[in-house]
Amino acid sequence: MEAVVFFVAAIGALGGAIGVIAMRNPFYSVLALIIHLFSLAALFLLLTAAFVAAAQVVVYAGAVMVLYVFVVAYVGGGGESAWEPIPGQRLLAPLLAIALFVELSIAVLGSALKSLESHGADTATGFGDPAAIGRLLLEKFLLPFEASSILLLLAAVGAIVLAARRREADA
Amino acid sequence: MNITWYIVLSSLLFATGVLGILLRRSPMVILLCLELMLNAGNLALVAFSRMVGNEQGQVFAVIVMVIAACEVVVGLGLIVAIFRRRLPLNVDDLRELRG
Repeated sequence: MEAVVFFVAAIGALGGAIGVIAMRNPFYSVLALIIHLFSLAALFLLLTAAFVAAAQVVVYAGAVMVLYVFVVAYVGGGGESAWEPIPGQRLLAPLLAIALFVELSIAVLGSALKSLESHGADTATGFGDPAAIGRLLLEKFLLPFEASSILLLLAAVGAIVLAARRREADA
Repeated sequence: MNITWYIVLSSLLFATGVLGILLRRSPMVILLCLELMLNAGNLALVAFSRMVGNEQGQVFAVIVMVIAACEVVVGLGLIVAIFRRRLPLNVDDLRELRG
């Protein structure tokens, strides 16, 4: 059962990722990314990370993707030209990606980590639920938590500064 | 399922994101491919957290989500600013900073 769910979610995640880079229209790319994010949430559930899965669906596939859809609707999906600035880019890029994947696989499989071949450590029933994550965030990782909230605030201010209409300057 | 499966899937997704960044020219799709790479990293973090039996990796994954949200907000702000100035939305045409 677990294997079936894993393979369905893995195919969904991989298909979504390929859809993102294969679609000509950016709007369809965003929709493919939403499929990818939902499949990843299923994988997180398999790894007993309930809170991360919920945050993935609500925050990522919900809020962040709505932002993308709005900007795609505002900017419009223009087709890309087939012009290649570097000769052979369409041939070299897949070769580089395959080389990177092989390298990463060698690094992981050659690491001789015994527990990689296991199902993971034995965990208690409350592993990865919101209570446990919340306790970690507010006790052990309080400083990174506050730093990330300041970072979010700065990003919001930066986006307003970047995208706001400057009437006097542009006129 | 063994943890190895998750790690190999994560590196496959990361390579797909790299491929997209190398191939596509629209800044919007490049941002989406960055999301793919960040999510591949998230999957590896959660898988290793399950392997060790410690929730701290999941906290890392949540922080990575925050970073991704910031990156989206600033990136989309840049795209809207580029669009407002009627510059081409193509990373090969926006090359004034190249020496």
